[in-house]
Amino acid sequence: MTETPDSRRDIADPCDLGAAMTASEVDLWFAREVLPLEAALMQFLQHHWRNRSDVEDLVQDVYVRLYEAAQKQIPEHPRRFLFTTARNLLIDRARRAQIIPIEALPDLDALDVALDTPGPERNAIARDELRRLQEALDCLPPRNREAVVLARIEGLTGREISQRMGLAEATVSHHLSNGIAALADMLYGDAPKDGANK
Amino acid sequence: MSDAQISARDVKAAAAQWFERRNFWAWTAENESEFATWLNASLAHRAAYVRVEAAWKRTERLSVLKSAVRPQTQGPAAPRTQSRFWFFGTAVAAVVAVVAVLGVNAVWVAEKPEIQIYATAVGGRETLALTDGSKIELNTDTQLRTQITARERRVWLDHGEAYFQVQHDAAHPFVVIVGNHRVTDLGTKFFIRRDAAKVEVALVEGRAQVDALNNQSHAPSVEMMPGDVVVASANRIETQKRPVAALSTDLAWRQGLLVFKSTTLDQAAAEFNRYNHEKLVIAASAAQLKIGGTFQSDNIADFAEVAKEVLGVRIERDRDRTVISR
Repeated sequence: MTETPDSRRDIADPCDLGAAMTASEVDLWFAREVLPLEAALMQFLQHHWRNRSDVEDLVQDVYVRLYEAAQKQIPEHPRRFLFTTARNLLIDRARRAQIIPIEALPDLDALDVALDTPGPERNAIARDELRRLQEALDCLPPRNREAVVLARIEGLTGREISQRMGLAEATVSHHLSNGIAALADMLYGDAPKDGANK
Repeated sequence: MSDAQISARDVKAAAAQWFERRNFWAWTAENESEFATWLNASLAHRAAYVRVEAAWKRTERLSVLKSAVRPQTQGPAAPRTQSRFWFFGTAVAAVVAVVAVLGVNAVWVAEKPEIQIYATAVGGRETLALTDGSKIELNTDTQLRTQITARERRVWLDHGEAYFQVQHDAAHPFVVIVGNHRVTDLGTKFFIRRDAAKVEVALVEGRAQVDALNNQSHAPSVEMMPGDVVVASANRIETQKRPVAALSTDLAWRQGLLVFKSTTLDQAAAEFNRYNHEKLVIAASAAQLKIGGTFQSDNIADFAEVAKEVLGVRIERDRDRTVISR
């Protein structure tokens, strides 16, 4: 695991001129530490933001802020950092839109314990991973699913899939990328409800 | 300011399209540079791409279903024909610099991928950083070869022990061939130890799959979970379960240490003798005495002193060996 050498608080200091992280380090950190928290992040945003249709865009904005910070320094406590960032984003949005009182936002200090403990969801996910993947696969529209199965389980290329399915390459490309996008949402956004996402 | 105006939905869709085009269709250097332009245009793009890529990597586990459905199609590897490449003396602790075959933006070329050979001498220990981000740590007296092709990353463990931290890449599986067995990584940290009699594969993190090459009996492949140790000898494979924490003991060599816990002197000596030219010899009278503790793998003298203190054994030293007896 990447650990930063000092233990300062959550928000990376913009004046910090320490060693910048390479893009791939940040990507790895993001994939390993942040993405598994996406479902929890969505729940947090849904709970504290009136307009649910904004949530997906809010997640994107949180990720952008996270990336900006992590390029300067990888945050030491990903979970805490993520929710602090989300909260700050909501505050900024609320100020701009003047729609909700800032006091309505949760007190992060009160959430401390929940935020820094790794939480059992990671283990639970590891255990049930195969079952979960299969469920996600089963939820795809049939054509998307077929393309994904041929690519992933049979290891075929796009061209081979189009021959196998008897479809134009552009159509296969469409099914496959739709299927992959949907899988990503199911695997990250729509986590199992039994996970300990607070 | 970071707040992107493009809808997240559209960015996700675009990321999935790039990923799909890049991984499943013919892909040129020109495509790659267009992709790089898109990727670097916004951190939202980058995050969305990393996300879709990570999701696809997670689904790699589904590919284990394949082996349940049909027997393996891949023939045995034929490394022998290529092994003329190597040239260095075995006495030298040599780890050759890695050739950048795996440049991230390179277009994959299928023809004649080069085989690289890496080896450590007795007592040596080296870390190999592959350009794809994977790391291989070679323990004492170990030799392995790597070959990166358009379809997969392949490693042969010829002898010795190595710890693999594999940077997962959906499109290019990481496969270790060890004797008659093949270990396929599914996003993983694992180590493999090979000696004359058997091969041991232990999974620390992630998933991996072990199957037999030349599989005439159609033995099913073994899907490993963390803590699983697969022991394969000439004609059988068996899986043992161990706590993951216990596996770290087996990896103490990465710090130059040996950890014993109720280990017989016989076994302990066998371990020391992997790391040293100077040999530790245990007389039959003392072979079954047990010892525990953490020792430097290159310090037989220290170990012998402790054994003497704790077990009351006798120690004799001559030029290149230490004999422990009762």
